[in-house]
Amino acid sequence: MIRSLRRCCFSLAVVAAMALPAAAATQLTGAGSSFDYPFFSKAFYIYNQKNPDITVNYQSIGSGGGIAQFTARNVDFGATDVPMNAGELARAPGPVLQLPVTLGGAAIAYNLPGVSATIRLTRAVLADVYLGKILKWNDAQIAKLNKGVNLPDMAIIVVHRSDGSGTSYIFTDFLSHVSGEWKSKVGTGKSVSWPAPSSVGAKGTEGVAGQVKSTPGAIGYVEMAYVVENHMQAATLQNKAGKWVDCTPETVGAAAASKPEVSATNFSIVDSSAAGGYPISGYSWVVVYKKPEARARELFNVLSWLVGPQGQENAKSVDYVPLPRNVQDAAAATLRQMQR
Amino acid sequence: MTVGPQFRRVARFVSPADRGFAAVVYGGSILFALLIIGLFVELVLGSWPSIIAFGPSFIWKSSWDPITSNFGALPMIFGTVMTSLIAIVLAAFIGIMAAVFLADFAPQWLGQPLSFLIELLAAVPSVVYGLWGLFVLAPFMRTTIGPALQHVLGWVPLFSGPIYGVGLLTGGIILALMIVPTVTAISRDVLVAIPRDLREASMALGSTKWETAIRVVLPAARVGVFGACVLALGRALGETIAVTMVIGNRPEISASLFAPSYTLASVIANEFTEATTSIYTSALIELGLILFLVSMAVNALARFMIWSVRGSERV
Repeated sequence: MIRSLRRCCFSLAVVAAMALPAAAATQLTGAGSSFDYPFFSKAFYIYNQKNPDITVNYQSIGSGGGIAQFTARNVDFGATDVPMNAGELARAPGPVLQLPVTLGGAAIAYNLPGVSATIRLTRAVLADVYLGKILKWNDAQIAKLNKGVNLPDMAIIVVHRSDGSGTSYIFTDFLSHVSGEWKSKVGTGKSVSWPAPSSVGAKGTEGVAGQVKSTPGAIGYVEMAYVVENHMQAATLQNKAGKWVDCTPETVGAAAASKPEVSATNFSIVDSSAAGGYPISGYSWVVVYKKPEARARELFNVLSWLVGPQGQENAKSVDYVPLPRNVQDAAAATLRQMQR
Repeated sequence: MTVGPQFRRVARFVSPADRGFAAVVYGGSILFALLIIGLFVELVLGSWPSIIAFGPSFIWKSSWDPITSNFGALPMIFGTVMTSLIAIVLAAFIGIMAAVFLADFAPQWLGQPLSFLIELLAAVPSVVYGLWGLFVLAPFMRTTIGPALQHVLGWVPLFSGPIYGVGLLTGGIILALMIVPTVTAISRDVLVAIPRDLREASMALGSTKWETAIRVVLPAARVGVFGACVLALGRALGETIAVTMVIGNRPEISASLFAPSYTLASVIANEFTEATTSIYTSALIELGLILFLVSMAVNALARFMIWSVRGSERV
């Protein structure tokens, strides 16, 4: 009995000794958007390499969950694809600062057997496809935009995200901007009631991509990073300025740069009027309390690094889009309001 | 067989150790009963705002629109019941036949490894079934199985309409694969437990091995086999991720088995994390409550069927 007690004490001491160096380091926790996860894990890893005494533990549980955890003060910061709205801010126990942290775009992937040319779509045609008003690939309206392309007589199968997602929010926000009918019939949201008769819901980015890949005639919106990394074919869209643009970090960045006054209440950058701007783009956000309960200094340091040029540099390596310089400055200015 | 009152009397009068044992046994079962009751109460409380807002029409309305907060559960109830039905029909047939083979026909060197492999199917995580379903089964359904079924049975509404690859039938097949091990493992054990005398008597009367297995052993084991199917059905009703990946996630009721559909569990898995308004969350919890009630109803029905089978046997 006594011996086992002793052994117990000894092992406790060993555990305590092992835990000591970790106790000296500060751990910050965050939770939320799964869209941000690849960027955050890369950026926070790099930050930890440079500042070994600070580790950031980010849990990718979805934006809604992130806001809930943040509101309950279970985490130091939350991350969300759509800024917290007035109602959510009212439920939070203190004033909240919302910072844009990264940019993303939704590419329009498709599967057309025998068509190697990149197809072109206007904003109105894309809306009509998702409204279920254009049902076949060889519809006159699509054919008109793609002269010389032998479009098959094939039903269009509309693929969308079945799980609530920021990408769906950006995409439906875009459709609401370009189509009055979409705005009144469907609306903007992370989950909506998809009107097209041949629509199929797939779970997650990889689900939509997989569904499009395996279904001839399918069309679907997929996060840009995923399309780039998997070399998927994506449509060229006509933007508001009438230019034909692909979904690339440059075009998404251009759409963002044209609206430097972006804020948590005026955050939409879809259907940008910038000449080189991609129309289906959007920010992701980090939320922090103006007056954090603890670890304010560390939190401030990590986040100002993240929204600054050094942190944003990491976005490129994981095929995310760095914030334009003017937006970085605006985010840093917002962050400086934090009491630390 | 019911536990006689004499057993309870023994437990009451003998030593403190016995009493302790009785407390553990009773405590355990009461704990589980309380757990179920607690779950039910919690589900009702959570879905109360939605029950108040939508009333009973929640059950028969077909719209699911988070933007306008207009919710109805009928397509999901339909999808849940249909996929589970398809699954249990397929799995019961295949699973029971496999169990008969393993119990009465397979030589030992084949039977052991085979039942091990079938039981191993139960250990495969459901997300793996889902990914396999999405990348292998769904395309195969679209290019081969679907058109073949449509070619032969296309005149039946069940097999009409466009084939997406994902849909009710694909969801049902994935579920069937997942529940076959349950059906087979339990049925085999039940079949093996049927006394040798029955088999020998049947053989002595001139039955072949085949006739013995199908006409004598299987009927004698039918209550246990039925129980295996009920257990499997329970798993099918609640299975989430694998079905979500191949069902097509469209809240719509269609006559065709090829059409995309939606299940109660899938909606919850898809939308709960991003459900921000309280009425939305509450509607999702009410779907959970309905799933709970559907599972209860199915289990009750199965119990009732077992009782009626037993009654006719005059055991």
